[in-house]
Amino acid sequence: MDAAEKEEISVEDEAVDKNIFKDCSKIAFYRRQKQRLSKKSTYRALLDSVTEGKESTRFQIINEAAKVPLLAEVYGIEGNIFRLKINEETPLKPRYEVPDVLTSKPSTVRLISCSGDTGGLVLANGKGDLKCHITANPFKIDLVSEEEVVMSINSLGQLYFEQLQIPPKQSRATKENEEDTSDDTTQENQEELGLWEEKFRNFVDVKDNGPASIGLDFSLHGFEHVYGIPQHAESHQLKNTSDGDAYRLYNLDVYGYKIHDKMGIYGSVPYLLAHKLGRTLGIFWLNASETLVEINTSGDTEPAVKDALTQTGPVAVKQKVRSQTDVHWMSESGIIDVFLLTGPTPSDVFKQYSYLTGTQAMPPLFSLGYHQCRWNYEDEHDVKAVDAGFDEHDIPYDVMWLDIEHTEGKRYFTWDKKRFPNPKRMQELLRSKKRKLVVISDPHIKIDPDYLVYAKAKEQGFFVRNHEGGDFEGVCWPGLSSYLDFTSPKVREWYSSLFAFSVYQGSTDILHIWNDMNEPSVFRGPELTMQKNAIHHGNWEHRELHNIYGFYQQMATAEGLIQRSKGKERPFVLTRSFFAGSQRYGAVWTGDNTAKWSYLKISIPMLLTLSVTGISFCGADVGGFIGNPKAELLVRWYQAGAYQPFFRGHATKNTKRREPWLFGEEHTRLIQEAIRERYTLLPYWYSLFYSAHVASQPVMRPLWVEFPDEVETFGVEDEYMLGSALLVHPVTEPKATVVDVFLPGSSEVWYDSKTFAHWEGACTVKIPVALDTIPVFQRGGSVVPIKTTIGRSTGCMTDSPYGLWVALSTKGSAVGEFYLDDGHSFQYLHQKQFLHRKFSFASGVLINSCADKRGHYPSKCVVEQILVLGLKKQPSSVTSHSPDGKAQPVAFTYCAKTSTLNLEKFSLNIGADWKVQIQ
Amino acid sequence: MLLVLLLLPMCWAVEVKRPRGVSLTNHHFYDESKPFTCLDGSASVPFDQVNDDYCDCKDGSDEPGTAACPNGSFHCTNTGYKPLYISSRWVNDGVCDCCDGTDEYNSGIVCENTCKEKGRKERETLQQMAEVTREGFRLKKILIEDWKRAREEKQKKLTELQAGKKSLEDQVELLRTLKEEAEKPEKEAKDQHRKLWEEQLAASKAQREQELATSAFQELDDDMDGAVSVAELQTHPELDTDGDGALSEGEAQTLLGGDTQTDAASFSDRIWAAIRDKYRSEVLPTDLPSPPAPALTEPREEQPPVPSQPAEEEDEEEEETEEEEGGEEGEEEDSQETPPPVVPPQTASPTEEDKMPPYDEQTQAFINAAQEARNKFEEAERSLKDVEESIRNLEQEISFDFGPNGEFAYLYSQCYELTTNEYVYRLCPFKLVSQKPKLGGSPTSLGTWGSWAGPDHDKFSAMKYEQGTGCWQGPNRSTTVRLLCGKETVVTSTTEPSRCEYLMELMTPAACPEPPPEPPASGNHDEL
Repeated sequence: MDAAEKEEISVEDEAVDKNIFKDCSKIAFYRRQKQRLSKKSTYRALLDSVTEGKESTRFQIINEAAKVPLLAEVYGIEGNIFRLKINEETPLKPRYEVPDVLTSKPSTVRLISCSGDTGGLVLANGKGDLKCHITANPFKIDLVSEEEVVMSINSLGQLYFEQLQIPPKQSRATKENEEDTSDDTTQENQEELGLWEEKFRNFVDVKDNGPASIGLDFSLHGFEHVYGIPQHAESHQLKNTSDGDAYRLYNLDVYGYKIHDKMGIYGSVPYLLAHKLGRTLGIFWLNASETLVEINTSGDTEPAVKDALTQTGPVAVKQKVRSQTDVHWMSESGIIDVFLLTGPTPSDVFKQYSYLTGTQAMPPLFSLGYHQCRWNYEDEHDVKAVDAGFDEHDIPYDVMWLDIEHTEGKRYFTWDKKRFPNPKRMQELLRSKKRKLVVISDPHIKIDPDYLVYAKAKEQGFFVRNHEGGDFEGVCWPGLSSYLDFTSPKVREWYSSLFAFSVYQGSTDILHIWNDMNEPSVFRGPELTMQKNAIHHGNWEHRELHNIYGFYQQMATAEGLIQRSKGKERPFVLTRSFFAGSQRYGAVWTGDNTAKWSYLKISIPMLLTLSVTGISFCGADVGGFIGNPKAELLVRWYQAGAYQPFFRGHATKNTKRREPWLFGEEHTRLIQEAIRERYTLLPYWYSLFYSAHVASQPVMRPLWVEFPDEVETFGVEDEYMLGSALLVHPVTEPKATVVDVFLPGSSEVWYDSKTFAHWEGACTVKIPVALDTIPVFQRGGSVVPIKTTIGRSTGCMTDSPYGLWVALSTKGSAVGEFYLDDGHSFQYLHQKQFLHRKFSFASGVLINSCADKRGHYPSKCVVEQILVLGLKKQPSSVTSHSPDGKAQPVAFTYCAKTSTLNLEKFSLNIGADWKVQIQ
Repeated sequence: MLLVLLLLPMCWAVEVKRPRGVSLTNHHFYDESKPFTCLDGSASVPFDQVNDDYCDCKDGSDEPGTAACPNGSFHCTNTGYKPLYISSRWVNDGVCDCCDGTDEYNSGIVCENTCKEKGRKERETLQQMAEVTREGFRLKKILIEDWKRAREEKQKKLTELQAGKKSLEDQVELLRTLKEEAEKPEKEAKDQHRKLWEEQLAASKAQREQELATSAFQELDDDMDGAVSVAELQTHPELDTDGDGALSEGEAQTLLGGDTQTDAASFSDRIWAAIRDKYRSEVLPTDLPSPPAPALTEPREEQPPVPSQPAEEEDEEEEETEEEEGGEEGEEEDSQETPPPVVPPQTASPTEEDKMPPYDEQTQAFINAAQEARNKFEEAERSLKDVEESIRNLEQEISFDFGPNGEFAYLYSQCYELTTNEYVYRLCPFKLVSQKPKLGGSPTSLGTWGSWAGPDHDKFSAMKYEQGTGCWQGPNRSTTVRLLCGKETVVTSTTEPSRCEYLMELMTPAACPEPPPEPPASGNHDEL
C-alpha cells in the first residue's frame, strides 16, 4: 500500500492541477478560426454546379481564400432529418469521416428541388412541409418548416475549412538548425497559428497533416434554450459562452473535476438540442476530433430565463420578439458532417437521434438494482463480509464491484492470487444470492512480455502506434503500458474473444465488466491523455478520433460478453468515456466526483444532459468518489441515487469505509429505506428502459421534455421526471427542512407519493422535509407498476407480487405501461418472449390489456395491491372481472381524507386481461 | 446459554403442528379456532387469512410463512442446529437461508437439509471454544492472581522506594554541603596557584625583553661607546617611520626621543619598545641566542614525575614542527624579501608558553578531595533520579487500567509480532503498534496507546492506538486491537479495513469470559 501511494501522489497531484488542461487560448485551431473569421471572407455557392444524385444534392462552394472549391452535399433522411456534408472535393489525402457511430446507413429520401429565385435553390421533402433554402451568395442555408425559418446555417459566415496542404519545404531538422537565422515574426506567427507544430507545456504536437480544422455556425430562430453536448460539470441549460470559454468536447481524465466549468471531461456527445414553444430541434455534429462549441443567445431574453430558472411561480413568461441562439461548432479536423433533426416535438427529436445512433441497450434487470463498489474491496474475505453485511442489515443490493486491485499488478483479465485465490468460489457465493460481480478492465496493457494479453497484442500489432511507428507507450496504473487500438475491427474482435469463459480464467457468467480510464488516460501525456499524433488503424492520427476511443472499447467489451454467452445474454458494461452512440453498449457514469453537496446537486443536470443525448443509463457515484461524506450527505445521495438510472455507491482508495451500515442505526435505516424504494419501483424502471430501448424516450427527463409548452420548465434542473409519471426533487442542501417543488402543468394534478396529498399543477409548493423524505410526486393520469415486497436482490424478486399506483387525472382517468421479460437474455428480441401490458383507468374501470400482441411471456406473478389516488367518492363496491368472465367482489379500504382507495386481497395475474370495476 | 443447551442430545425434539414460519414459543398466538389477532394488536383477521400470501397486519405477523409482508419474520426450526428467524421477504426467493430448507417450499429450488452437518460443526466449534474458554479463563485467573501479587510487590517496592527516596534526598543534601565545603579550599588554592603563575609569567617576559634590548643595544652600539647615536641607529633602515625605505637623521632622532644618543638604560626603558617590532637583528635569526628557556621550563621541576610526560612532549614537538612547516610555506615569498623579525621567535610554542605549571602537592590534594566530594554527590544525585524514575514507572503501572481485575497487566512491557506477506506488525500493548516492511526499511507507527475502546458494556474488548504516522491525503494512522479469548497470547491478524485505519486481533487468556457453569443435568428447549 505504501509503494502504491508513491505512484498515486504523482498521478493525483497532477490530475487535480487545472493547468494540466488547456483552455481555449491554448488551442491553436481555436485561435486560427478566431483570427481568420475576424477577416471576413465569405463563401458563396456555385449554383451552376448543382447535381442531384440518387441520395443527395451536391454543389460547390468557394471563397476568395480557397483556391479550390469545397463540395457541399445535402441529404434528406427518413424521419425529417437533413444531413449536410462539406468536404474537399479532392483532398490531398482522405479526411476522416467518423465510422461506426451511425447504426446503419441512414435511409435517404429524395429531396425535390424547387426553383427558388435566381440567387438560390430550394430543396423540399416529399410532403413539402420541410425545406432547405440555399442562398448562393453569401452561402447560407435556411431550414424552413411550414413557412417558418427555424434555423439558418452560415448566416454568420463562420464556415471555416482548412484544406489540406503540402507540408512546407524545409524539413524539421533543418529548421531546428537554422533557428537563429529564421525570421522572428514568422516564427512567432508560426507558433501562434500552430499549423504544423503546436506546443503545450512540455509537449510538442507535430502535425504531419498540418492545419485541417473546420467550423460552422447555426442560428436558431426564436430559441433561447439549448441543451446537450455532454460531458461537462455544468447546468442542464447551456450557458452563453464568453470569449475564450467555449464548451470543449475532448475526452479527458479529470480527477475531481471542477463544477460549473466548460472544460472537457470523460466523454463527448457532439449533439445539441434546442427547444422553444412549439418546436424542438437537434444538431448532431458528427466529428470525433477535439471540438469547441460557442453558444450565444441574443434577444430580450434575460427576464424570461430568470423566471424559468428561479421558478417564482406560475408567472406567465411570454416569448419575446425574435430571440435567437447562435451555435458555433469548431473541430480540429475531419469533415463537416452535420445532421439537422427537425422535431418538432422533443419525443420526435429523440426518435430522430436514435434513428441515427441507436437506442439505449436494454439493460439486464440486475443492473437496475443497487451496485456496491469501492476502490478496493481488498480480498475474497472482504467481499464476503460486505455481502453478508447487506443481508445482515436487510438492505437489497445486486452487484459487488472490484476495482483495479483485484488484478495481478493491474494486468486485466488476471486475479491477484493472494487476495483472490478462488474467484469462482467468490462468484458462487454471490450467485447463491442471485447477485453479480463487476470487475474492471481498462484499455492500457502493462508492458510485460510474460503477460499473455500483452504478448499476444504485441505480436499481432494490436497497439496504438506512436508518431515514430513503434508501439505507443504511456504510463497508467500498471506503470509503462501500451494501449489497445480499439478503432481496429480486428483488435476489437480479438479483445472480445478475451472474455470467453475458457480464456478469462476465473470468470463466470455472473461477471460483468467496467471500462475505466478509456479517454484514454495516459498519466504523463499531454492533458493526461494520448499524443494527438499517435497512429491508429488505417493510419489515422489519434487527433481524428480521440473522442471515440472509449466508445470502441465499450463496444468491444459488450460484444465480448455477448459472444461468451453465444449471443444469448445481455451484457452489462459501464464505461467512463463515451461518444454519440455509446448508449448501445451499456451504462455511463460521471467519473471522479467529490463528496460535497455541490457535486450531489450538479449530478442532476449532468445526468439530464446525458439523458437527452441518448444515454439513458447514466449515474453518478453515490456518496462522491473523492473524500468522506458526512452521514447526512451520504443519506441524501442515496436518496437521490435511488431515483437516478445507474445507482452505484463508490469511493476512492484513501477514503473511510462507507458501507451503508457504518453510520449508525438511524442512518443505516434511512439508506436501507432509500434503496428499498429503488427496488419497489423496479418494474417501473424496467418498463421505462424498455421504452428508451424501443421508443427512444429518455428514462430521466428534464421537465421541458414532458411539458414542452410550459416555458417555466425550460430551465429547471433541480427536479426532473422519471418517465412521464414521477416527478423527483432530490434534497441537495444540508439541513434542509423544506424544499420548493415546482409542480408543472396548469391542467395537472400531483400526488405526494408517501402522504398522497395532492396539488394542482403550475405552482410551486413548499414541501417540508425530514431526513427520511425523498420528495417524489406522481402525476395525475398515470399508473406506476411496483413490487410490493422487496427481496435481497432483483433475482430474488422474480416471483414476488406487483402493485399498481393509479393516480387519477383531473378527469378521473389514468394510463400506464408495464414491461416484463426474463431480465437477462435476448429472447425478448429473438423469440418475442416478453410481456407488454397497458393499464388504463377511466370511468371507474381499470383495465389490464395487452400493449404489444407480438410478445408472450408467461409470468406467475400477480397484482396483489392496487392503490387509487384521487378517487373523490367512496365506492360502494369493487368487483374484479377475470379473463374467464368471472366477477368477484374485491375487498377495499377507502380513506376519505386523502381520497385514496386501497384494493386488497387482490390476486390477478399481471399478464392476463382483466378489469376492475369501481362503483 | 442457548448455545450450551444446544450441546444436549436432541431427544426432546417434537414436531408440533403450527402455521408455517411460526416458532413454538409463539404457537399459542395462532389458534385455528379463533380469529387471528396481529401480535401488535393492530388488527384481527379470520384465521384463514394467516399465511394466505396477503399482508393484513402492520407488524407482518399474519404472514410468517410467506413473503407477503415487508417486515415479517419466518421462523426456521432447523432441527439439529440453531433455530433462526429470517426476514419473511426471503421466503421462496430462491436462496436457501434456513439450513433445514423450510424457507424455500415453493420456489422451485430444492434446498438440502444441512442442519445436522452444521449442528455437528457448530458443536465441535463450541466444544473447542468452550475448552479454550475454560483453559483461558483458568489462565486468566492466574494472571489476575499474578498481577495481584505483582501489584502488591510493586506497591511494597514503591513504598520502599519512596522511603529510600527520602533518605537519598537527605544524603544528596549532605553530600552537596560536603562538596561545597571541599570546593572552597580547592578554589582558593587554585586561584593562588594561577596568580603565582601569572606573576612568574610576567616577570620572565620582562626579563626577556630586557635581554633583547641589551643585545640590540650592543649591536647598535657600533662604536661600543656605551651609547647609541643617531648615526648608529640609521644603520637600520628597517626602522624607517615615514615609509620611504630610509631612516633619516630626523626620524632617527625622533626615535631617540629628540636626543642625539641614548645610553643603555634609557634605550631599554624608552626606545626599545618603539622599535622592537621593526628591528632586525644583524645576525641571522638562527644564530640568535635562543630565548631564555629556563624561565619557561622552570615549573617542570615542580611537576611530579608522570610516566606519560615524555610522550606528551614528543607530541607537542611534532605539532610544533608541523606548524613551523606550515608557516614557512605560507610566508615563503615574504621571507625571501625581508628576513623575519628577530623577536619573538614565532617558533616558540604558545601552548608551551601558556601552559600552567602543575599544581603543587597541597593544591592537588585539595583538588582531589573536592573531586571526590563531587563524584559522591553526583552519584547520589543519579541514584535519586533513578529512584524517582522507578517510582514514577511503578506509580504509572500500578495506577494503569489493566482491566477489571488487572488481567491485562501482564501485557505491559511485552511486544508481539505478526509477519504477513509484506510486513512485520509489532504490538507493544499499552505502548504502540508499528509496521515494518519485511524486506527491510524503517518502521511506520500505526499509533501509540490511546485508550480502551470496546463498546460501553464491554470496554476491555478493544484497544485503540492513535496518532501514528500521517497518511498521504489522509488521516494519521490508527489501530484498533480487538482482544479475543485464547489460550496463548498471540497476534492473529492485521487488516486495514479502511485506509490507514488498522485492525489487529490479539488472542489472550485475559479476554476469556467466565465459562458458564457446568450444564445442569437436565434442560429443555422448545425447539429441539
